[in-house]
Amino acid sequence: MNTTIKDHSQAASQFLEDKQRARWHDETLWFVRSKRDKAAHGVEEWEQLREMASGIKEHTLSKLDHYLLQFEAAAKANGVQVHWAEDADEHNRIVHAILEKHGAKNVVKSKSMLTEECGLNPYLHNKGINVVDTDLGEYIVQLRNEAPSHIVLPAIHLKKEDVSATFHQHIGTEKGNNDEVYLTRAARRVLREKFITADAAITGVNFAVAETGGIIICTNEGNADLGAHANKVHIACMGFEKIIPQTEHLGVFLRLLARSATGQPITTYSSHFLRPQKGQEMHVVLVNNGRTRQLGRPEFRSALKCIRCAACFNTCPVYRRSGGHSYHNSVAGPIGSVLAPNFDMKKNADLPFASTLCGSCTNVCPVKINLHEQLWHWRQKIVAAGYGGRAKTASMQVMRLVLSNPVLFRVSGAAGRSVMRLVPWAVNNRLNPWYRQRDMPIAPKQSFRQWYQQNRKHEQQG
Amino acid sequence: MRVGLFVPCYIDQFYPNVAIATLALLEKAGCDVSFPRQSCCGQPMANAGYAAYTTGCNTSFVRSFSGYDAIVAPSGSCVLHIKEHLDDDENPKAARQIRENIYELTEFLTDVLQTTIQANFPYRVGMHTSCHGQRMLRLSSMSERVEAPFSKAEQLLQNVTGLQLVKPRRADECCGFGGTFCITEEAVSVRMGQDRVDEHEFNNVDYITGGDTSCLMHLEGILKRKKSRVKVIHLAEILNAQ
Repeated sequence: MNTTIKDHSQAASQFLEDKQRARWHDETLWFVRSKRDKAAHGVEEWEQLREMASGIKEHTLSKLDHYLLQFEAAAKANGVQVHWAEDADEHNRIVHAILEKHGAKNVVKSKSMLTEECGLNPYLHNKGINVVDTDLGEYIVQLRNEAPSHIVLPAIHLKKEDVSATFHQHIGTEKGNNDEVYLTRAARRVLREKFITADAAITGVNFAVAETGGIIICTNEGNADLGAHANKVHIACMGFEKIIPQTEHLGVFLRLLARSATGQPITTYSSHFLRPQKGQEMHVVLVNNGRTRQLGRPEFRSALKCIRCAACFNTCPVYRRSGGHSYHNSVAGPIGSVLAPNFDMKKNADLPFASTLCGSCTNVCPVKINLHEQLWHWRQKIVAAGYGGRAKTASMQVMRLVLSNPVLFRVSGAAGRSVMRLVPWAVNNRLNPWYRQRDMPIAPKQSFRQWYQQNRKHEQQG
Repeated sequence: MRVGLFVPCYIDQFYPNVAIATLALLEKAGCDVSFPRQSCCGQPMANAGYAAYTTGCNTSFVRSFSGYDAIVAPSGSCVLHIKEHLDDDENPKAARQIRENIYELTEFLTDVLQTTIQANFPYRVGMHTSCHGQRMLRLSSMSERVEAPFSKAEQLLQNVTGLQLVKPRRADECCGFGGTFCITEEAVSVRMGQDRVDEHEFNNVDYITGGDTSCLMHLEGILKRKKSRVKVIHLAEILNAQ
């Protein structure tokens, strides 16, 4: 077997070793999915909204260059400085150059999966700049030197006890005090200090409106606002796909985003940033990093419609039972498995296989990305590129020989059943992954074909 | 109506009673049923990334199933594969006709034949909704969508005397079979199956039923390993029970 195929599978198998914890993870995320269902069912025109959102995004992607340039012009007219980054490295260099120009040493950053994707934190750390993630979940995983395991709920793999231990170690809370209000207040106290003493703020972007040049940031904690308002420099980083044509389109997306993400009607804060405050510098960094390559792959381009709500994570029975870290990518879950091979097909060859293709993701997605179909298409590409695993290829080739030839199929089928009936230990052993935790089906004496030949007319020549 | 009976390979080999029940149901409904020579539809290969290798399966399938008014199989998953992926460069028209005229058993009974089936099955039965039939063939409504509830299987089961249908708490979560997934992601696959089984056992059912034997085979393997008293049975077998 190819080791790359084993990555997710092995990590998942480790994740499942702690049965109680795995159950808790599954149930917690299922609870979020159920809240989403309730919220969606409260909107009669939900399916129409999904259709509209999908249509707006499809249209935008078909004129992506046009809308990005329109945005750039409008933002510049508003006094915003606009930068273009071809890849992660250029993005990091641009952000660093801005910070360096201002002599910024301490930076507060609200949630941005793009900066995770680009590895901005370690980059700036190596340049001697201290970045504090101000989203509570992000702050927790940052203290633990971990990656977020979920794009909306970054610390969902942790329980209160873990957070308590982490805070005790890093910010001096009482040992063993697991009270969530106490812990949240402690983090708040530390973070308030960081907001005020920082030299610059970095934020993500949920939507960028081409016609106005404005950006919209959705948070529940108001941490993006605190950072952006309390600092002289605000840098907003966004991937190309965040663009929407007009402000009125927010009426569709804001209704879908929080309902799909957490079951809330809307995030606590939907903050609109149009121009810098007096005396402030505002920058927007527009990042490609593989997005135009994805746009050029017909089967996969619609993944760029994604608004990062993580509904596909919460609904995915595999994600819930394997945890975000098993996806070894900044974005996990079904959407991560579709986006990751675009960056590196070899390294992420296992991810499109970490799915049963049940299709729940496709139907929960507020912008109607055909996720399960894209997973299927990636499987074909990965195998064609030779990353399917040699043993797998060999066994599939045998299967192909057997299955495409009815006569051979009959012979080997009968032989197989005889083996299972007469010498069950030949298949019922620990080397057979089916048998490890499942019994094999009992082989009947007669196949249906044999029964049919005895009980009905002989099979017809097709 | 001339019906070609398509029996998925694992049903032919391991669960012949499902095919026997399917044949009986179709014959009772007055269909002229044939069972042409056939092999696997190629889905296990295609879903594992080897669709390019399924040309042989496709050619063989088209040769076997051309010329019928309808092709019927007791499996949503295999039917879906044919509907989505059957192609034959030599015979594109025949392939298209097959794609358009292939049906999963319950939808064939409710939508094409529009029959009600009288059966007797005095047990407590848990419904396992298989994903491909549900979400792709749209054999029932799904919890993800905001839509009016419907289910072709339940519509048929309503007329089964004595049957008490019980739905699990998570009514349409995947069982974790997933073709080669059940081997390559063994730990997650088994855990998903165990979770399904737990919910049905909590409901104290006698049987778990569904429209896809592959899912049931996976659940049966888990039930047997834990020596559960719960058994699995295909919808066709219930509908044919007297």
